[in-house]
Formats: sequence, C-alpha cells, structure tokens
Amino acid sequence: MSILVNTDTRILVQGITGREAATFVRESIQYGARVVAGVTPGKGGMQAHGVPVFDTVAAALKANPCDATIISVPAPFVRDAAWEAANNGLKLAVIITENIPKRDVAALLERASTCGMRVVGPNSLGIISPGQTRVGMCGGKAEDVRRAYKPGFTGVISRSGGMMTEIASLLTQNDIGQSTCVSIGGDPLIGSTFLDLLPLYEDDPNTRALVLFCEPGGTMEERLAEHLAVHPSRLPVVAFVGGRFADRMQGQRFGHAGSIVEGNSGSPAGKMEVLRKAGVHVVEKLSQIPGIIHDLVGREV
Amino acid sequence: MRIVEYETKQLLKDQGFPVPQGDLVSSPQEANQVAARLGGQVVLKVQIPLGGRMKAGGVRFGDSPEAAELEAGALLGQKIRGFTVDRLLVEEKISIASEVYLGALYDANSRSPVLLASTSGGIDVESAGSVIRRPFSCVLPPSDYIGREVAAQLGFTGQVFLRFSSLVNQVIQCFLKWDAALLEINPLGLDARGAWWVADAHLDLDDDAAFRQAQLLEKVLYSAKLASQKSEFELLASKINQADHRGVAGRLVRFDGNLGLLIGGGGASLTSFDAVLDAGLKPANYCEIGGNPSVWKIQELTKLILSQPQVDRLAVIMNVVSNTRVDLVARGVIKGILQMNLDPAKVIVAFRIPGSWENEGRAILDHYGVRYFGRETSIDQVVEAIKCQS
Repeated sequence: MSILVNTDTRILVQGITGREAATFVRESIQYGARVVAGVTPGKGGMQAHGVPVFDTVAAALKANPCDATIISVPAPFVRDAAWEAANNGLKLAVIITENIPKRDVAALLERASTCGMRVVGPNSLGIISPGQTRVGMCGGKAEDVRRAYKPGFTGVISRSGGMMTEIASLLTQNDIGQSTCVSIGGDPLIGSTFLDLLPLYEDDPNTRALVLFCEPGGTMEERLAEHLAVHPSRLPVVAFVGGRFADRMQGQRFGHAGSIVEGNSGSPAGKMEVLRKAGVHVVEKLSQIPGIIHDLVGREV
Repeated sequence: MRIVEYETKQLLKDQGFPVPQGDLVSSPQEANQVAARLGGQVVLKVQIPLGGRMKAGGVRFGDSPEAAELEAGALLGQKIRGFTVDRLLVEEKISIASEVYLGALYDANSRSPVLLASTSGGIDVESAGSVIRRPFSCVLPPSDYIGREVAAQLGFTGQVFLRFSSLVNQVIQCFLKWDAALLEINPLGLDARGAWWVADAHLDLDDDAAFRQAQLLEKVLYSAKLASQKSEFELLASKINQADHRGVAGRLVRFDGNLGLLIGGGGASLTSFDAVLDAGLKPANYCEIGGNPSVWKIQELTKLILSQPQVDRLAVIMNVVSNTRVDLVARGVIKGILQMNLDPAKVIVAFRIPGSWENEGRAILDHYGVRYFGRETSIDQVVEAIKCQS
C-alpha cells in the first residue's frame, strides 16, 4: 500500500555526517526506515548513528546494496553527488538540499533521466509511506511523524513540505490514513511533478484517492489538468491551491522560489479553473479536504 | 538578480555581440556630450531593473545633442514603477529593418534550458504565436549546429543566416557560462545592410549560483545596488534576520491593515494569507517565518510588526511544525509584546502552531491568557475564529 518506497526500501544517505542528516537519520531509523549506508568523502570507515560511512557511492553499494538515496550535501556539491548516484545505478534520489544553482539542477536531471534514476526534489522534505518507511525528513522526529501520519489509502503530493505534514495531520485527525506522501519541492525546476507521480498512484491498488497541494507559478497543475481531461483517472483527485492572493500581486515572489506569477502563466485562479474543468475537486478551504474524501471514497479510507 | 540593460550590454559586448555604441549618464549635460560624440541621433533609456520601460515612458529619442539634453532632464529624477531614475543609457539610434526575439531560460516542462526564437520580436513577443522552442543540454558541450537549425527554421539565408546562427550559439554559451536564469535579446534588430544589432537585452542571474560567479558580479555593481534597495520596513526586517543565523524570516511586505501576521512556512504562509483575505480581515504585513528561529529573532519581528501605528492585533499561524520549536516562538512573541508594554492576551488574537514542543509552548501562552490552537483546528478555521472575535 504505497508507491516508490516501502518497508523493504534500503536507504543510502549522501552527506550522512552533515548537520541536517544527523537529525533525520537518527529519527528515520527510529521510525523504522532501513538506512543501511552513508557517504561522506574522507570519512569512510566511520559510523554515523550506527550506519557505516563510505567515501564513495560505489563502495557503499558494494558493501550494502541500496534502493534509494537521500542527497543532503551542500548546494555546490549536489550535482556531483546526484551524478555519482545515477552512474552507480541508483533508481531513486530524494534531494533535500535547497538553493542549488539552476544549471546544476538541469544538469543532474538530464543525467538522471539518461540513467533512469527518478529524482524527487530538490528542496524536498522527502517521501513517507506511513507505518513503513520515511525517505527524508518530513514530519520531523519519529514520535511527531507517528502523530501526524498514519497508514491508509490516500496519496498526498505537495509542493510544500510543511503543508504535506499539515494535510496528512488533517487527514489523520479525521481517520483518513495515507498510502504514500511525496514532498516534491517548491522550486521551479524539479525532478517529479504531479503528472509524473499520478500513474504510480493509479497503479497502486491500495491508493483510493489523491490530495494535491498546489502553489502559484509554473505549469505543473496545468499539465496535470491537460492529461486528466484526456485520460480521466480512476482516482478521485482533490486539490487545494495556496497563494490565491498572488494573482493580485504579479511579479512578486511569496513563499517558494517557484511561486511567482508572471503574465498569464502560473496564476492560481487559472490553475483552479483548469483543474476543475478536468474533473479535479478543487477546495477553497483546507478543512474541506477530509469531508470531500469521505464523500468520494466512503468512510473506509 | 535582474541586470540593467547597460550592464547586460557591456557583458555582451565583451563577448563579441554587436552592441550599438552608447554610454551611461547621470546628468543632462553628460547626455548632451555623449549624443554629440555619437553623431546626434540617440535613444535615451532609463536604467531600471524592470521591463516595459517603453510603455512606462522610460524611453525617449533625441535628434540632436540639445534635444538629448532636454529629454534627459525630463527622465532623470522621475519615478518609474517604483524606481527613481538616476542613470540613463544614451545610445546611437540604429535603423532597424526587422526585429527578432532571441532568448534562453529554464523550462520546467522540459526540465532543461530552452532557447526561444521568433521573427516577431519587439515589445509584445509574449503574445506572439510562432515561437521556436529548442531545449539544449547542460551536460553535453554546446554544438554549433543548434544555431544553424534555429536560423534555418526562422527562414534566414546566406550571410544573415550565418551571423544569426552564431548569435544563437553565443546566447547559449553565455547563458550557461554566466549561470543566467534568463538571457533575452529583444529585439535583436536587422538593419538594411544585413547586420544584426542587440537593440535591447535582459539578463537575470541565478542568485543561487552567486558563489561561483564572483568575477561576473563585479561587472554588475549598479544592478546589485538596485537589487538591494528595500523599504525601511524591509530593511529593518532583513537586519533582524541577518543578526541571528537561526531560523529564517522571509521577506516582510507591508500592507495597510491592522492585523499583524507572523506566518510560516512557505506553503502555509500562502494558505494563511489567503484565509485572512477571504475572511475580510485586513493584514498589516506578509511575513514568512521558517526553520527554527531564536526567541530573540521572533521577539524583534513581533516588535517591528507591532510598531506600525495602525496595527493593534497579531496572529501567529504555522503548519504542523517539525523543525521549528513552538515554545521558542511563543516565548519570542510574548517577550516582544511585553517589551512594548502591551498585554499579550489582548494583542494576540490567535496562536496556532502545532508540532514539536507544543505542550511547552502552550504552557507559556496559558500563563499569559493567550488562546492556543492546535492541530485539531485547521488554518482556515483559526482565521474564522479571529473573524468571530472582531
């Protein structure tokens, strides 16, 4: 009952000895995630939270095969770390780091696509399949994660990491569990969009509904709507668009780097309209989400 | 960071682009001298980091040095779209037979940089229909055939074809080399003799790549100065932010309402601000907090927001937090309000931050009689509760 990651997922952490990784690795392990190896060049042979550290991805994978990597290295080194992961055959990379130069993001996405590695992020808080594993840092400490997320049948994709936990918590409060929640990152240039992830949820027999947190800027929502208009999904899709006020303040950036409205592109009102036309249930208030999920898929979610 | 036209053109000139002769001036007398040197007929353009200057009246023409002086006098000191004009580009007037748009930027859809070209260049290229979109690689070394293919697609032949294709390749190379977020030549003018001219150019540098573009940044100091211009309110906020590395206070934007806001993080601040406007409440500011800010930082931000005379109430709203400590935010807000000799119970109309250390935070707020909202109350419901109080 999940996509991308589950209880068996073996996780590599690139940048495992960094400050941010120190917190999320410990808490992820406590949550039940199988973090089996880490990489920090020059620190090979050490241990971090009981996880062996290697100098290279190749050495790490040779000792402990992995299914996914979390990239949490400083922005100037992310492109290199992602290429290293892709060239060593990893198939899923979650990039936590933010403020990466756009040229590096484009270069790493291009290389990942050539090598068949899926990228989530950059500026992602991670992926969580509640009750199974967490690949990243969403939800914070293990006890907080258990409180906000619970296993179930609703998928969540969010352009905001914080709002992903907020929405999951809202669902959990109303007894609606989640299959997998993906924080895709708030930047304009990212590896996995709504449309990229939709088929995975559609193929997951245990996902029965999908909730999206959308923001101003970009054309990710419009692309999803175009697709849904032609290929209706078996899943009811509920969307909330944050930042409607941005329509009145063109060219000004609020929130994430990706949420900027310029000209006709990226307008929240436009996104809401095309999503509605494509059959998506667009709600005006967050608090309407649980009710609409109950209406759409019944109480057994 | 947006680079003004003059500095963009200097950078392009250094790379061999055909840029008209011109100079930067800051007085009508200088405009006269430059116009005389250039042979009389000139165009004068305000140097502000925004587009649409023609429509905003920021571009004028002078047929003689005296006329240029007069026009410069009219433009300098004007306020155009929020910027006071203190520099003009005075440039030789080129007779253009046709205009082309040429640009490069990152495209979220193809996840790569993309070259855009159109024969309907000029002011309203955005609404023009036929734009060629050509994604290019950030991994492979640039190859000249891309320029030839684009030139052929646009229908150019002979020398014009060759010169245009080499300009396309130069745009791609400069875009990558400079870590640009956008490089646009619009219009790229073609004169009667078949020569191309960079009539106007727009460069946006990727701020996230500043760490490796030190040399380039030394050549765009005027743009850097304009980019750092902030209102007094924003300046104070950014001082508070910089004085303590813990946590972030994103841009503070001022509005004229009476309800001060401390909201966060990125997505939740958007959601909260929408809810506030939907409820018909009047926000005094937008202020996005995130990370794990210190008590001091929150205290100072609280005081800054409450120091505006029209502000009498404060709402603190965040999503379920994992990194931010609820108790530290609560302490900071209370301290700020007490230091202003105000009553927290009266000033704070809502405090809604569920998550790490929420029990400790709640205890602090209880002590001062402030109502705490937890995760059971969603963001829009909190705002609704504020509305009911007023």
